[in-house]
Amino acid sequence: MPAIEVQALEREFKGGLRAVDGIDLEVAAGEVYGFLGPNGAGKTTTVRMLVTLLRPTGGRALVAGHDVATEPHLVRKRIGVALQEAALDMLMTGRELMELQATLHGIPPADVADRAAALIERVGLSQAAERRVGTYSGGMRRRLDLAMALIHAPEVLFLDEPTTGLDPTSRITLWEEVRRLRDEGTTVFLTTQYLEEADQLADRVGIISAGRIVAEGTPAALKSEVGRPHLDLTFTEGADLELAREVMARFGDHRPASEGCHLSIAIAGGATEIAPVVRALDEAGLLVASLELVQPTLDDVFVEKTGRHLEGADNAPAPAPQPEAEPVA
Amino acid sequence: MVLRAALALARRSLVTTLRRPQFLAPLLIFPSLFLAINTGGLHRSTDLPGFPQVHGFLDFQLSAAMCQSLMLGGVGAGIATALEIEGGFFDRLVASPIPRVSIPLGRIMAGSVIAAFQVVYFLALGLIFGAHIAAGVPGVLLVLLIGIATGTGFAALGVMLALRARSASTVQGIFPLVFVVLFISSAFFPRKLLSHPADWVAAYNPLSYVADGIRDPIISSITASTVLEGLAAALGIAAAGVALSVVALRGRLRDA
Repeated sequence: MPAIEVQALEREFKGGLRAVDGIDLEVAAGEVYGFLGPNGAGKTTTVRMLVTLLRPTGGRALVAGHDVATEPHLVRKRIGVALQEAALDMLMTGRELMELQATLHGIPPADVADRAAALIERVGLSQAAERRVGTYSGGMRRRLDLAMALIHAPEVLFLDEPTTGLDPTSRITLWEEVRRLRDEGTTVFLTTQYLEEADQLADRVGIISAGRIVAEGTPAALKSEVGRPHLDLTFTEGADLELAREVMARFGDHRPASEGCHLSIAIAGGATEIAPVVRALDEAGLLVASLELVQPTLDDVFVEKTGRHLEGADNAPAPAPQPEAEPVA
Repeated sequence: MVLRAALALARRSLVTTLRRPQFLAPLLIFPSLFLAINTGGLHRSTDLPGFPQVHGFLDFQLSAAMCQSLMLGGVGAGIATALEIEGGFFDRLVASPIPRVSIPLGRIMAGSVIAAFQVVYFLALGLIFGAHIAAGVPGVLLVLLIGIATGTGFAALGVMLALRARSASTVQGIFPLVFVVLFISSAFFPRKLLSHPADWVAAYNPLSYVADGIRDPIISSITASTVLEGLAAALGIAAAGVALSVVALRGRLRDA
């Protein structure tokens, strides 16, 4: 039985805005499913329906075998939820919040303290457990949020943009935790707007745009669908970009450009075609400031399916270890 | 499960209230200032013909201070709930496998405990500055009972408003209404000395009965009818408040 099964799910808000427009998806038990899309694509609305915070206006969704519309109480018992922008009580300590969460999830009173302490330790917050959450850094709050979502060992874990706004070290820490959860057999439904995050963590990826799933599959399969690498060129200021466009069109299809002096084409021949492109541009009197051959990414899949770049595809910070700032109480 | 979750949430509400002195202080400071100003400036009112026999004007005004404080407690409960909604913590609770009614009940139960504290504070303040509790310990217990029921009701009304408005600033906007409701009741002055139409309005204001019911054991031996009317009004406010907050919660979840 799939952990999540969604058929023609819809959500229309007052005023006619259709945030989710008939999506179908299936997530197998133990799978990490990456739900990728730009801001406003419908990711959070979908998650809010799957975790029973929002009623679908059409379609059907089963989570852990229960219908989110007709059996929401059974769904809530089996899921863990870490929503966007960790909603924590800043006045409580980490330990107090964990113990509250344990109580709300029906953990026997005798086990509450031990269970809370074990999860606080798991996410590396033992030293900060007695501090108020308001003194935590963003990464620490996210880790606490994750620990709270795991308090009852849920079958399905929903993580809504868990690393948005985090520094690279905190992001890596969370990624490691997600991998650990997958190894333990937890199904993870992860929404993200970061390509690398989906690429690194997800067994399968669903790409959503304007409320519809435009592509779905393993990251490798999706990228191989796009197939060709692309050549990104940046021209010197004042270059005749129209001429450049004409010249480059001889070698491949133009991709939507990110910036003014930047052009990009998909090329079939890979590295072997770089030299001819440069020669042709040189002959046309066009000066190239920089050039890069880029292998297909999930952004290319997004471009292929929607005709535009995924928001933030160029500026998503790449994880690189550095010390995490932890404010002092 | 409702009780366990509600108790856990009530405990949390109390802990966070104590850690947010800027919310707790106005519940005590404003009414204390009003009490001091009124007692100091209007103490000759006791000489008016028809004014009840009292040991002092402070004894008479204690009830008004308690009512004012309890109403402000309701505003505080509403603001705290609205902040939870705005900050997303409310969603965390809604996504938990608890009976959802325990969410407002937790906040309301915390309101009851805070109400008990408010009543004890004003009784202690009164005693320090020379007030007498005419009905002794049984009188104190009756004042506590009516005060807790009233505080519970106002906390519930605050929660109801927050669930409807979903914004702390809107809930804060009802702050002036506290004074309007107080001034059109018999909290500050005996009903029979109010001129028309103030006496008529006060007769239909449940807060008048609460104020009189709290005041009676302080200024005289217990008058059963006055105390029972006060208790009935307080329980009525509590029952209506809890029912309306539960309805508001259902409405909010239905609209989601």
